[in-house]
Amino acid sequence: MAEAQIARELPLAGRAAGGASVSITPAEPAMRVSLRAPQESIAAVSKGLGIDLPTRPKQSAVAGARSVLWLGPDEWLVIEEGDRDPMADLARATALHSAVDVSHRNTAILVTGTQVADVLNAGCPQDLSLEAFPVGACSRTVMGKIEVVLFRTAEDAFRVECWRSFSDYAFEFLRDAARGL
Amino acid sequence: MSAAGANRIAGAGRLTPANTVRFTFDGKSYTGLQGDTLASALIANDVHLVGRSFKYHRPRGILSAGPEEPSALVGVRRDASRHTPNIRATVQEIHDGLDAVSQNRWPSLTFDIGALNDIGSPMFSAGFYYKTFMWPKAAWKHIYEPVIRNAAGLGVAPKEADPDNYAARYVHCDVLVIGGGVAGLTAALSAAESGARVILCDENAHPGGALRFEGEARLDGMAGHDWAVQAAGRLAAMDNVRLLTRTTAFGYYAQNFVGLVERVTDHLAAPEPDMPRERVWQVRAGKVIIAAGAIERHMVFANNDRPGIMLASAARTYLNHYGVAVGRKVGVYTANDSAYGAAFDLKRAGADIPAIVDLRDEPDAGLVEEAGVLGIRVLTGHAVTGAGGKLRVASMSVEPKKGGRTEVIPVDALIMSAGWTPSVHMFSQSRGKVAWDEETGRFLPGTYAQECASIGACNGTDGLEATVNEALAVGEAAAKAAHPKAKKPSVAISVGSAGKWAGGMVGAGPGAEAGKVVKAFVDFQNDVTAKDIRLAVQEGMHSIEHVKRFTTNGMATDQGKLSNLHGLAIAAEALDKPIPKVGLTTFRPPYTPTTFGAIVNHARGKIFDPMRRTPMHAAEAAAGAVFEDVGQWKRAWYYPRAGEDMHAAVNRECRTVREVAGMFDASTLGKIEVVGPDAAKFLNILYTNPFLKLGVGRLRYGIMCREDGFIYDDGVVGRLAEDRFHVTTTTGGAPRVLHHMEDYLQTEFPDLKVWLTSTSEQWAVIAVQGPKAREIVEPFVEGIDLSNEAFPHMSVAEGTVCGVPARVFRMSFTGEAGYEINVPADYGRMVWDAIYERGAPMGMCLYGTETMHVLRAEKGYIIVGQDTDGTVTPHDAGLSWAIGKKKTDFVGVRGLKRPDLVAEGRRQLVGLKVKDGKSVLEEGAQIVDNPKQAIPMKMIGWVSSSYWSENCGAPIAMALVENGHNRMGETLYVPMPDGVIEVEVCGTVFFDEEGGRLHG
Repeated sequence: MAEAQIARELPLAGRAAGGASVSITPAEPAMRVSLRAPQESIAAVSKGLGIDLPTRPKQSAVAGARSVLWLGPDEWLVIEEGDRDPMADLARATALHSAVDVSHRNTAILVTGTQVADVLNAGCPQDLSLEAFPVGACSRTVMGKIEVVLFRTAEDAFRVECWRSFSDYAFEFLRDAARGL
Repeated sequence: MSAAGANRIAGAGRLTPANTVRFTFDGKSYTGLQGDTLASALIANDVHLVGRSFKYHRPRGILSAGPEEPSALVGVRRDASRHTPNIRATVQEIHDGLDAVSQNRWPSLTFDIGALNDIGSPMFSAGFYYKTFMWPKAAWKHIYEPVIRNAAGLGVAPKEADPDNYAARYVHCDVLVIGGGVAGLTAALSAAESGARVILCDENAHPGGALRFEGEARLDGMAGHDWAVQAAGRLAAMDNVRLLTRTTAFGYYAQNFVGLVERVTDHLAAPEPDMPRERVWQVRAGKVIIAAGAIERHMVFANNDRPGIMLASAARTYLNHYGVAVGRKVGVYTANDSAYGAAFDLKRAGADIPAIVDLRDEPDAGLVEEAGVLGIRVLTGHAVTGAGGKLRVASMSVEPKKGGRTEVIPVDALIMSAGWTPSVHMFSQSRGKVAWDEETGRFLPGTYAQECASIGACNGTDGLEATVNEALAVGEAAAKAAHPKAKKPSVAISVGSAGKWAGGMVGAGPGAEAGKVVKAFVDFQNDVTAKDIRLAVQEGMHSIEHVKRFTTNGMATDQGKLSNLHGLAIAAEALDKPIPKVGLTTFRPPYTPTTFGAIVNHARGKIFDPMRRTPMHAAEAAAGAVFEDVGQWKRAWYYPRAGEDMHAAVNRECRTVREVAGMFDASTLGKIEVVGPDAAKFLNILYTNPFLKLGVGRLRYGIMCREDGFIYDDGVVGRLAEDRFHVTTTTGGAPRVLHHMEDYLQTEFPDLKVWLTSTSEQWAVIAVQGPKAREIVEPFVEGIDLSNEAFPHMSVAEGTVCGVPARVFRMSFTGEAGYEINVPADYGRMVWDAIYERGAPMGMCLYGTETMHVLRAEKGYIIVGQDTDGTVTPHDAGLSWAIGKKKTDFVGVRGLKRPDLVAEGRRQLVGLKVKDGKSVLEEGAQIVDNPKQAIPMKMIGWVSSSYWSENCGAPIAMALVENGHNRMGETLYVPMPDGVIEVEVCGTVFFDEEGGRLHG
C-alpha cells in the first residue's frame, strides 16, 4: 500500500537491550510483502520487483533498500526499507502470482555484535556459523517458542522478523539470551 | 600440619597450598584449598561421616571421587532460596563461604533417631512397601503413604522461587567428544587437527580423567596429567574447538542430538548476577565420540558402607590430585591390580598400609614383589568379611577365602576395588546394544544405532598405548566422515608406562554369600544389600527388570553406576543362570541428576510463553479494561467503571451497545488472505456455503467442516476482488484453519491456482456496533459511501479511515448495525483513539469479550468450540441454511450423509428459557427430561452457553439436546446440587427475532 504520511506506532518502540558483545534494537518501519509465485512467473515477477528472486533455500537478494528472502519453493518475503511500494511494483507484474501486504504483520529486531549467533542460538536450533549461515542467508525458523525469519545482513548482524504480537516475547527472549554470555 | 586440613600431605597433589578457601559443613568452619571438592576438603580435615542413608539411616561417608558418588549427598546453600539438596560432595567445588549441610538425620549427624530403622531392618527388607502396608486398605492413603513420604527422601527442596537464571544454547559440530581423559583428549586433538569443528566436554573442572590419579602414566615424555593440561591448552587455543569443562553430557537423543549441562557459577564465591548458574548445550553432532572411561566397583562385604571405606581410585585421586591422604592406617581389599597403585602411592606418601587383602590366589607377581619392597603385607586368596567401627571404619576382619582364622586388623580407612565397569551409559542411551564379553566379564558396546564411536576404557580398551592409538584413529576417521576434505592430523603421541585395569570380580564376596545375615551393600544410595537381591529372586522375580523394581537396586539418582553389575551377578547366581541371560537394564537420561532450572532455562517468568497483545492493548488498559486469557492472547474482558462489579459492567455495556453504540477490539480474529484465479473455487470446496457467485464487495458467513461432517470453524468471508478474498476465522482457530486449508490445497487440490497468506496480525480490527455506529464512524471514512443503499449489511470495501488505508466490513456479531474497521496494525491505536474521542461524548461505550458473548447469544450466533464440541454438524447447530443446496462437493459433503449423522435423535442446538425468570444456568450443566428418575439419571443434553441478558431482562441459554429441534415448547430439567431448575425449549434467537436492527 502507499504508506500514509502518518507515523506508525511500532510495538517495540523505545526498547533497547544487550551489552558489550551484542546489541538488540527494534528496526525502523518497513514495507513488506508475502509473495507467492509459480516457477514460470519468477522472471516476470523479478522484473516487476527489480530484483531477481532467489531460488535456493536460505538465499536472499538485495538491491538498494529492498531485500527478497527465499522462504519456500514458491514463497518469498519482500522487505522494503525505502519508500518504493513493493505492492505497487508487483501490481504491474501481470504474470500469475499472489502478493499480500504484510507490512504491519511483521516487525523486526536488529541483533548485532560479536556474539550475535550465540544469542540467537539460545532459542534457534539452526547452525548459524558463517560456513552454514553466511552473510545474506535467511530462514524461516523458530526461536524459543515462536516462529521467526532470520536474515544475516553482516557477519555480526541479523535481522529477526516476527509477527507483531510475538515481538514482545522475541525481544525479551533475546534480552535474556544476551545475559551473562 | 597444613592449614587446609590435617590429612593434607605436603608436596602431594596439584593444588596451591597458599590458596586457602573457608567453608562450613553442618555449621562448623573448615579450611580447604582452591580446586578442592567438598569431599576432598572434608577428608583433608579428617571428616568422613557426611550423611545418613536413605532407608536405614546408616552413617555414610565418601565412596568415590567423582560423579558416580552414591553416598556423600549434601545440601549446599548460598541463601534461603538458593539451597540445593542432594549435591554430590565429590563434584561440588568449594568456594569461600560455601555452606553445606548433611541430610537425612535428626537431631544431628552423629546421633540420628531415624537410625532405629537399622535395628528394625528385618521389617524393612526388599519389597516391604508391597507387603507391610497392605491392610487395612484405607490406611494406605491416610496413614502409611503420608508417613512414608515424610520419612523417605534425602534432602529438602527450598520453597522459594529459584532466583538464578539459566541459559540454553544450540550448537552444531562435526565431532562431539564426551569425556576429557586421555582417550577423549587424544581423539579431540586428532579430529581438530584435521580441521573438523570439535566440541570436547568434560564433567570435571579440568580435563584429565584417570590421569588425575594414575601417577605412573607417561605421554610424550611427560607425566600423564601434565600432558593432559598441555593437550587441553592446545585444544582451547584452536578456533575450531570448543572446550567445555564442568560440563556433563546428560542425554543422548535421536540423530546425534546430545544434551550437555555446563555448571557455570556453582564453583564461584561471588558470581556476576547476570551469569547463568547453568547452561544447557543442545548439540547436533556429525559424529559423537564417547570417551566416558570406566567406573570402579566396590567390594560387597558386611558393613562395607562404613565411613572411611572407599574406592581405591578415589583414595588415589584424593592423594595425587588433591594432596589428601584418606587415612593414616589404610587397609586395602581388592580383586584387581589397580588398587595396588593406590596402596603404593599412599605408602610412599607416608600412610601405613597394614595389608593388601587380595581375593585372587595369584595376583601379578610384579605387584606383589613391589609391595614386598615397600614393606606391605599381601594376603592373597583372602577376603575382608566385615568392617568394624560405626561412624568411621575402625578395623577390617580378614579371612582366608577357603575359611580359617579371622584376623582383625585395625584401620582408619579401607580402600577397595572389585574391578572396573566400562561406562556404557551414553552408548546405551544412544540405543546401542551392549554385549557381554565373556573373557573380561563385562558389558561392552556391541551394536551401534547412531553415528558414534566408543573409545578407551568405556570401550573395554585396556592399556595406554592401545587407548591412544584407538583415539587417534577414531578422531581422524570422525573428522573425515564429517568433513570430507579433512587433512591428515599431525598428532603423534608417544606412550610410556601405565597401570593395568583388567580383571576383577562381580557379585558378593566371601562372608556375604547366600544364607549370611549381614548388611553387605550393593546399592548405597537406595540401601540395597546382597541379601535383598537374593530375596527378590526367592520371591519370584526372575527378570533383572523385576529384581530392580522390587529391590530398587540401581533406581536411585546415581542410576546404579556402582551397583548394577554386582546386583546382576548376585541375581544371576541365585537364578543359576549366566549373567547375559539375566540381562542388563537400559540406561536412560539424565546420566547424572540435572536441575529443573537447566531444563526450563529461558522459559520462565515473562518468557515462559508468548503473551500476545493487540495494537490497542495499552489504550484498553488505560480505559480500565480487565483482561482475560484467550489462548496466548490478552483480550479486554469488560470495562468496569467506579463501583461496578463484572455483572454491572457487562449489563451496562450490553445495554449501551443496543441503545447507542459500543466499540470492541476484534483484532485477535484470525485472518487469511486467499489470492489467485481459483480463489472462489477453493473456498467453495472448503466451506459448506456457495462462494462462486459471491459478488465483489460482498460478505458471507461460512461454515467449515472436517471430512467427517462436523463443524471445524466458522467466519465471515469477504470478496475484495475477483481473485482476492479476506477470510476471518475464530481467534483460537486461526493457525489450525490455515493449516487445514493449506493441507487440502497441497494434498487434494494442488492444481488450483490460489495461495493462502495469514494476515491476522496485519490488521487491527475495531468493531463499532449499535444504532449510532454509522454516525460515529462516518466522518473518519473516506472513499466509501456508508449509506444503507450503497453499503448494506454484509458488505466490504476498501478506503481510508483517519487517513490510513482501511478495509471496512459492514457486519455484525451483536445483531446491531455495525462496522468492523480493519486498519494496518501500527495505526490501530491512532484510529481507536480517534473513534473513541468522537463516540464517547455521544454515549458510546467500550465493551469486552463478555458483552460480546452475551450479545451474540441474544441473537443465537454460535461460538465454535463453545456451542460445538467436534461432534456437531451444521444441521445439529441449526445452520442447514449455510449448506449450499446445489453444491455437489465440499469438505464434509460425504460425512454429512453418514447414517448416524442423518439419524433421528441427534443432539441439536436449541434455546432454553428458564422458567423462574432469574436463575442463570451453569454452562456445562446436564439436562434431563424427568427429574424424578433414579440416579444416575439419563442425560439428554447439556448447556453450552448461558448468561443473564439485561436486554431481555431474563436469563438466556443455548444447549445441545437430543432431538432438540422437535422439542420446541417442551419442559426439561437441569438438576443442580441446590435443586432442579425447570427450563423451556425455544429457538436460539432471544432478541430482535426478525433481525431488523442489522439493517438500521
